[in-house]
Amino acid sequence: MSTAFRNIKDVPKEEYLAPGHRLCAGCTAATAIRQILKVAGRDTVVVSATGCVEVATSYFPQSAWKVPWVHVAFENTAAVASGIESAMKALYRKKKTTERVNIIALGGDGGTFDIGLQALSGALERSHDFIYICYDNEAYMNTGVQRSSATPYCAATTTCPPGKMSSGKRTEKKDLVAIAVAHNIPYAATATPSYPFDLMNKVKRALDVEGPALVHVLTPCPTGWRFDTDSGIDIGKLAVLTGLWPLYEVVDGVTKLTVQVPKREPVKKYLEIQGRFKHLKEADVAEVQKRADMLAAKFGLGPVREQVQA
Amino acid sequence: MKRMGLSGNYAAAYAVKMADVDVIAAYPITPQTTIVEKLSEFVANGELDAEYINVESEHSALSACVGASLTGARVFTATSSQGLAYMHEVLFMASALRTPIVMANVNRALSAPLNIWNDHSDAMAERDSGWIQLWASSAQEVFDTTVEAFKIAEDVQLPVMVNLDGYIVSHTYEPVNIPDEEEVRKYIPSKPMKNRLSPSLAYSIGVVGPPEYYFEMKYQAIDAMERSRVRIREIESDFNKRFGRSYDDIYTYFMDDVEYVLLTMGSMTGTARVVAESLRSRGEKVGVVAIRTFRPFPSERLAGILGDVGGIGIMDRATTPGGSSSPLYEDVASCLYSVQKRPILQGFVAGLGGRDVSIGEFEMMFMATKEAAKSGRSKPSIYVGLRG
Ligand SMILES: Cc1ncc(C[n+]2csc(CCOP(=O)(O)OP(=O)(O)O)c2C)c(N)n1
Ligand code: SF4
Repeated sequence: MSTAFRNIKDVPKEEYLAPGHRLCAGCTAATAIRQILKVAGRDTVVVSATGCVEVATSYFPQSAWKVPWVHVAFENTAAVASGIESAMKALYRKKKTTERVNIIALGGDGGTFDIGLQALSGALERSHDFIYICYDNEAYMNTGVQRSSATPYCAATTTCPPGKMSSGKRTEKKDLVAIAVAHNIPYAATATPSYPFDLMNKVKRALDVEGPALVHVLTPCPTGWRFDTDSGIDIGKLAVLTGLWPLYEVVDGVTKLTVQVPKREPVKKYLEIQGRFKHLKEADVAEVQKRADMLAAKFGLGPVREQVQA
Repeated sequence: MKRMGLSGNYAAAYAVKMADVDVIAAYPITPQTTIVEKLSEFVANGELDAEYINVESEHSALSACVGASLTGARVFTATSSQGLAYMHEVLFMASALRTPIVMANVNRALSAPLNIWNDHSDAMAERDSGWIQLWASSAQEVFDTTVEAFKIAEDVQLPVMVNLDGYIVSHTYEPVNIPDEEEVRKYIPSKPMKNRLSPSLAYSIGVVGPPEYYFEMKYQAIDAMERSRVRIREIESDFNKRFGRSYDDIYTYFMDDVEYVLLTMGSMTGTARVVAESLRSRGEKVGVVAIRTFRPFPSERLAGILGDVGGIGIMDRATTPGGSSSPLYEDVASCLYSVQKRPILQGFVAGLGGRDVSIGEFEMMFMATKEAAKSGRSKPSIYVGLRG
């Protein structure tokens, strides 16, 4: 698989997501989309699910998209993309067009893990040649931070608030990449814009393979996760360095770690800088640490760095 | 031209094949299924060069159709009942995004209780979704209307639903005249429409329409529906010239010196005509009016036709529980409100869930309409054949 992006010189200067969109200051979803479109280039159709990115980039009469872009509904992004892909294929075969495009479906975690999962599963199984990007801010942010099935254990949202009887979300995140891989697709990966070259190489590989590909991108959200607007990229890094967000790819069913973490940071460092985890008790933190250790064992990450005692 | 024995469903499939569609996305549901099975067969044996998307639901079927249509491809889907209801959300998007999708909706009752037989509740529930709704009541009419539907849809840039009654039309075999493919191609050339997703345009489609703009954006689709009235009639007359069969928004039967009429939609019009004929022979001045174009509703023309009639019985095959009447009745009533001498209207709800409506019951409807006209007072909706 190609490694097209090694340093900043490899990255095209062109921007396909114009500045001036209405995403929150510090929103890393915007950063991720910029990186993705630099790889995909001009001949790309983007299909967006309803959600933060959609509403904040297409507020008539403005649009931030410099590539063709379409939004239809919340749960049908993969189905709309299927239709576009099939139509372009038929028109090309029937010599009714000479255009060929990359098709990128883009959904939030709600639009992907929950309401759009059926359409996504259908599209992956039918093996359309497109890439599906889930930008995961771990809740329904557009409607004001409600729980999704991607919300991590113990995180607070407005529909799983901590209280006397609860310490936030009671269950773990679904394993989206495993679900995608279960469809026998040629390419699936995790990414985060905090590791731009890793993300961009994965998007490139996803575009290069024939058939469906899925890239699951963790996009820290200052508004919903409650952290300072200048720290989204650092928080994404910490997610990787704690082992909570391993960066890997699955090519034809074979899993490979793409960013090694020789010495992991304790999850406490990641949790304590986010308001959504403010209510966590020691026992909760220990549970999250266990989850990170489990992921580390699964993906072959290093041990937790020794805590420096103050 | 050739003559074939086809069911209504197969007639739809043959029309779609002749239209040389590029994409079909559909999900099986009784009694629609044989349409898409036939189309799958055409695609599988190379008779039709199209992408057939085996979607996992009707919601995705219509979503895929919207995406495909935006590229300029010619697109078809088919459904019934629960499937149409499942598409509900996307129906509005298809019309507002101006995607000229053609759909066959094989009319079937809505659950519960589960019922696979014919009534019109599926289409009536989508009355306001911005789709043109045509009704075909024979296999020939299904074929012709489906061909016309592509022409209409692409001309006015709105989706078109071709309704055919489940089983009664969908599964009855009749002789159908199939024109030469060349003739159909001349009528609806198979060249793609503009690709609205082309990188050379880089449009943003399906954007957020804030209150300052939503109204005008929405109005464009409303206006297109209004303007389609004239275009549909022109397209029908062009069809007549080319293929020798004529269709209209409204059909009228036995209207000379008519005193009271029964207004219907769909295949039960046939029974209404037979009964009207026999009543005429007994000296009753009855007539039948059938609606073919339910959306856009032919209000002005209908008011012109019905303006001098004494009484009108309106046979609905769907209901609006708790409403002032039933869907078809409401449209008829509102278009007659402004005529000089308003006819007396009598509502009927009949044939829900495939319940047969007998000759005797049709006679009862004519007579109840006559009585209402005579007495100048109508009864609340009569539920025809409902057991106590
Ligand atoms: C069928 C339907 N249900 C609910 C909504 C309301 N809604 C719009 S966006 C959204 C949440 C989006 O969450 P996610 O997919 O995680 O994207 P984010 O906003 O977090 O970027 C919801 C619930 C809708 N638009 N459509
Ligand atoms: S709420 Fe979060 S995801 Fe949505 S725009 Fe703001 S920062 Fe981005």
